[in-house]
Amino acid sequence: MQETQQVQYNRAGQRVVSPDYLLFEAPREKQFMTGSEVVKEAVKRASVDASVSYPITPQSEAAHLIGELWVEGYVGVYFRGESEFGVMSEVAGCAMAGGRTITTTSGPGTLRAMENFPMWAGSRLPLQLVLMARGVNSPLTIQPDNLEISFLLDTGCMVWHAENAQELFEMILAGFVVAEQPDVHVPVITAIDGFFISHTREAVMLPPDDIALPPYDPYKAPMPPIDMEMAPGRFLRDPYVMKSNYISYASHTSWQFEVRSAIERSRPYAKHYLRGLIEEFGNPEAEVVLIASGTAGAQAKEAAIILSEDEGVPTRVIRLKTIRPFPGEEILQALRNAKYVFVPEFNVIGWLEREVRRVLYGKTDVPIVGSPRVAGGMTMPPEVIVKEVLKTLGKEAKHVI
Amino acid sequence: MSYEIFKINEELKEFMPQEIVDLEEKATWGNPKRGVMDLPYAKELVEEHSLCAGCPESAAFRYILASLPNPEETIIVNSTGCTSLVFPHIALHTVHSLFGNQNAIASGIKRTLEWRFPDKVKDVVVLAGDGATVDIGLDCTLQSFFRQEKITTICFDNEVYANTGGQESGMTVKGQVFKMAPKGKQFDKVPMWQLAIDSGCHYVVRMTVSSPKKVEKVIKQAIYVAREVGPTYIHLYTPCILEIGLNADQGLWEMRQTDKERFKFFEYMTDEAKEVIKRKKEEGLI
Repeated sequence: MQETQQVQYNRAGQRVVSPDYLLFEAPREKQFMTGSEVVKEAVKRASVDASVSYPITPQSEAAHLIGELWVEGYVGVYFRGESEFGVMSEVAGCAMAGGRTITTTSGPGTLRAMENFPMWAGSRLPLQLVLMARGVNSPLTIQPDNLEISFLLDTGCMVWHAENAQELFEMILAGFVVAEQPDVHVPVITAIDGFFISHTREAVMLPPDDIALPPYDPYKAPMPPIDMEMAPGRFLRDPYVMKSNYISYASHTSWQFEVRSAIERSRPYAKHYLRGLIEEFGNPEAEVVLIASGTAGAQAKEAAIILSEDEGVPTRVIRLKTIRPFPGEEILQALRNAKYVFVPEFNVIGWLEREVRRVLYGKTDVPIVGSPRVAGGMTMPPEVIVKEVLKTLGKEAKHVI
Repeated sequence: MSYEIFKINEELKEFMPQEIVDLEEKATWGNPKRGVMDLPYAKELVEEHSLCAGCPESAAFRYILASLPNPEETIIVNSTGCTSLVFPHIALHTVHSLFGNQNAIASGIKRTLEWRFPDKVKDVVVLAGDGATVDIGLDCTLQSFFRQEKITTICFDNEVYANTGGQESGMTVKGQVFKMAPKGKQFDKVPMWQLAIDSGCHYVVRMTVSSPKKVEKVIKQAIYVAREVGPTYIHLYTPCILEIGLNADQGLWEMRQTDKERFKFFEYMTDEAKEVIKRKKEEGLI
């Protein structure tokens, strides 16, 4: 008997393929492009229904390019909102109405929009925010700095941190797939360090652009979409959510725990689609461990090579791909015979060090050094990390100036 | 979908609360000529209200919900305030997200529904208080007008922040003493209906809710114009009897007084709106 295979197409006319095929199996071609251009390539293959934009450096170009996709018919709804507060509400509306929705922002824009993020999570919207982090401090800065990520950690959104443009591409696609799982269904923030990734051109491997993710099915959501296609579920005599009584408190409490539990339930999906929540790099027996995320992870790898090969200090790196959920167990496992932990970061407060200390408290005696730390646009050459490690170990730098 | 979504599985019907069964059997669905005259006979789309006894806002809610021409395809977006307490009682899809972002949420919903259901008409109606519409949400309100979003915005103006205990709002009249205005309000009431005209609304009305049939006509006209042309704005005086010291039976009296003065019926429409209203009248829908 001859087998028949049904081929499905999305509204842009792209062939619908499984997330696994798109992410892992489809043939890939090498391209040379910026992180902003990579956002366009990912959105193009993601059967996106809606996007709303607002200008702020360094994310503007990515938002322009999503607009081009709208003109080309790959995105259903696109416009410029009035401010990040407005935009994050407009995309919430798009997602409530059952559309797969993405937006982008940076730095002060993130803070302007802040009230919306817990609302997204509490409304269980599987929205995606591509966050191109930049400084938020006064005086005015547009320079790379990822302080803003710390403000997002407790909003009830998943937070992932890409190391480079290639990983940003994978994370945008995987982000929709994981966020839309019926037992997850919370927003995902795919963060990169602005400029370093958004404006730097690098080699990326891309699957063909005539295939795309399966369209979003809003009727699998734990909360019905706001489209009057299903019976409304909130016709209540006694609307407990607006009452000051024990039932109200209990339901609010359990809902907040539920949102956090949903993030926890994303672990197996994220692990599959991101090929692990962490990446381990370098000599697995090394006693010096650098824990980092984003571009600090890339710099840490360079530093580990210098330390291991030139300075005779075997060093390895644990690079985190997800910050929410936080890969605590994975870090503990990976620390095995560590003697020193360093946490290099691109922000002044050391939010990753804080997170690492929190999960390791009482579980290991290894000293944790929250350094080096740069901010406000400073770069972090690997030599800075090398120097910090050697200083702490009481060793003289042989090769580092 | 249609009012079919309110049909109950026959085998479960005996276990359903009466108000849900009534929704299927006695509400007015699939009839664009429905209106306030159905109120004594039909099941209302608002079950109860959680407002003060005699609050004119509760009357406004009943008239508006009775007047929606297409409730089975209508989405209601609201905001924080006295009104937000009523929404869980409404038998339609409603959204409360934040204080002041209602027109932004409505914009996203309307555009995405147009994209998802190109062959259907889904009306999106914003219902919010004066604090939400004019003070904290003014930016989102006006920007949605500038962008020509096809939504109807209805402001319940009670001239005060009532739900938080009676503070001055931008819609309070000059000189009125309220909390946060202990010496009396220092500036004039914001002419929101005029701002709506200047910002691109195609149909704008200012009125009280003293006359139910008049409210019905205005609501229908506003929704039909929003559907085809662009944003429409209705400014309703729904006095806070509690904060201005009236009894539960004095709300209607208060509105009738202001009908003759600062809430004298005012209506504005563009030529495109006129054309739509004329056509709908010919079709017998208004």
